[in-house]
Amino acid sequence: MKWPSADFTQVPFAVHVDPALFEQEQDRIFRGPTWNYLGLEAEVPSAGDFVTNYVGLTPVVLTRGKDGALNAFVNRCAHRGAAVVREKRGNRANHTCIYHQWTYDHAGSLIGVPYRRGINGNGGYPADFKTEEHGLERLRVESYRGVVFGTFDKEMPSLADYMGEPVRKRFDALCGRPIKVVGYQRQLIKGNWKLYVENLKDCYHGALLHAFNSKFGMFRTSQRGSTAMAQNGLHCVLTTYGKKDEKMGSTYANVATYKAQFQLEAPEVVEYFREHDDGMVSTVLSMFPTFVLAQIANHLGFRHIIPKSVNEFELVWINFVYADDSEERLYRRRMQGNLLGPGGYLSMEDAEALEIAHAAIQSQQGRGHAFVQMGGRGMEDQDHLVTEVPIRTFWKGYCDLMGMKGTP
Amino acid sequence: MIAEQVVELNYRYAQCLDDNRLSDWPGFFTEDCRYLIHPRENFDARMEGYWLYFENKRMLRDRVVSLLEVNIYPIRRERRFVSNVMLTGRDGDTWLARASYMLVHTDNEGRSSIFSVGEYRDRIVESGDGLRFRERQVIADTFLVPSHLSMPI
Repeated sequence: MKWPSADFTQVPFAVHVDPALFEQEQDRIFRGPTWNYLGLEAEVPSAGDFVTNYVGLTPVVLTRGKDGALNAFVNRCAHRGAAVVREKRGNRANHTCIYHQWTYDHAGSLIGVPYRRGINGNGGYPADFKTEEHGLERLRVESYRGVVFGTFDKEMPSLADYMGEPVRKRFDALCGRPIKVVGYQRQLIKGNWKLYVENLKDCYHGALLHAFNSKFGMFRTSQRGSTAMAQNGLHCVLTTYGKKDEKMGSTYANVATYKAQFQLEAPEVVEYFREHDDGMVSTVLSMFPTFVLAQIANHLGFRHIIPKSVNEFELVWINFVYADDSEERLYRRRMQGNLLGPGGYLSMEDAEALEIAHAAIQSQQGRGHAFVQMGGRGMEDQDHLVTEVPIRTFWKGYCDLMGMKGTP
Repeated sequence: MIAEQVVELNYRYAQCLDDNRLSDWPGFFTEDCRYLIHPRENFDARMEGYWLYFENKRMLRDRVVSLLEVNIYPIRRERRFVSNVMLTGRDGDTWLARASYMLVHTDNEGRSSIFSVGEYRDRIVESGDGLRFRERQVIADTFLVPSHLSMPI
C-alpha cells in the first residue's frame, strides 16, 4: 500500500477498505505482538466461570480454572472444528464439544474422547494417539487491575510493560478498587474498525459533531485538556480537567440562562459529582488494538471494538460502577448512562459519522487520502486538545507493525 | 372493554412515531412515568445497562428537543408492527400489559431492514381523557443495535 507522506499527516483511505490488508491485520496485529482484551476478573470470579470473546476475528474463551488461574483458548474444537463453547457466558466443570463430545478442561487441554479404543474391537484411535497433542490453542493471559488481556505471541513482554506508564496510571485511578459490571451495550457499525480507533484519538470532533453539550449550554471553552501517548504512539490517553470547585449541575444552571439555545427540563441527566483530586472530569484511554477505558463525567465504562469484516465492527460498551458506591452515586451514574452508549446524547453521532465516511471511502475504492494536520505535523504529547497528534502517532505505530513505510 | 382500549393505545403510540409526530410522544405518558429501553442480554442477566433510562416526563420532553434540534442521525422512515397485546394483571389503579413489537427502518434509498424486535411491558393508568403509560419498558431482543439508537421504540 502506498503511504503518501513520511510524517503521517496523510492517511491513505485504502487502509479502511482493502480486504487484503484486513487479512494481514489478523496475523500481524491480532495474532501478533499485542495484548488483546479478553474480559474482566469480575466476570469470572469463581472456578469454572467463563466468558466468550473475540481477538480480531478469532473466537476465544476466558475461563477461571479450579486452581483460580485465568486461562484462554481458541473456541474451535481440535477434532473437526466446531465451536466448543456455545453460550456467551456461564459456569461449567469442563467443556464438551456437542459434535463428537471431545471434552476439554478449563485450560483447553483435551481430557476425554469417545470410542478412543473403539467398540467391540472396531474403530478407535491408533496406538500413538496422545490427548496432550490435541488440546485447544491457548493464549498467554495476564491481567492488570482486574482487566484481562491475552496474546498469541509467546515472546510478548509483560502486559504492564506493553501498557506503558500513561495507560497504567489511568487503570490505577479508575480500576483501583472493586468494580461491578452493570450491563453490556452493543452496536454493529458499518465501517472499518480503525475508523473508530481514529475517532477515539480525535480530540476535537466532540464539540463539533456532538452538539448536545454546546446547544444545551454546557460547553466550556476554559476546559483544560491533555494528550499522552504510549507504545510507539499506538495507545493514547485523552483527559479533560474542570475547575477545582466545579459541579456540572451548578455550571449548567449558571450557563444555561444566557448561552444555551435550548434548556434541559431534567438537568439530573448531567448533574455531576467531583471524583478525582486532580480535577479530571473525563478521560478516554484507547489501548491498541481495540480496548477502551473511559470515564465521561461520572459514567464509567470499558469499550471493546470487535472487527467483523473489513467493512464492519461490533462496538461493545461494558459499563461499570464501584462495588462501594453509595446510592446517590449509583443514581448519578445511572442518569448519566443516558449520555453514553448506542443511544446516548453524547455518543450517538459517532456511528453515523463513521458509517457515512466508510460508505464514501468505499464508493471511491479507497482512492485518495485523509488530511491529518490539526495542530501541525508533529508527534509530541500536547497540553491541549486542539490537535490530531494522537492520530498521526497511531498511524506511525500501525505502519511499523504492518511493515509499511511512509514515502519521504 | 379495557383490553380493546389497551390495544388501541398501542396502535396510536405506534402510529404517532411512524408518522414522525415525535413531539406528541410524551403525551402518551403520565407526569411521573418511567420509560426504559433495556437490551435483552441485560434484562435476562438481571443487570441494568439500559440504553435509555427516563424516570419522569421531563426527560421524555428533553429527548424530543434533543432529537429534533440537536442530535444527528440518518434520514429514514420507521414502521412499527405491534401484536400479541395482552392484559396480564392489575396492581391497584394500574393495568399491567405486554405486547410484541417489530420496528422496521426504511432508508432514504428505499431499503428496508429490521432495526429492532422485542416486547413492551407496560403499566397503564386511566386519565381524564383515555389511557396513559405510567411505565413502558421496552425489552429489545435485538441487543446488538444496528448502527445506533435515536428515536424511541
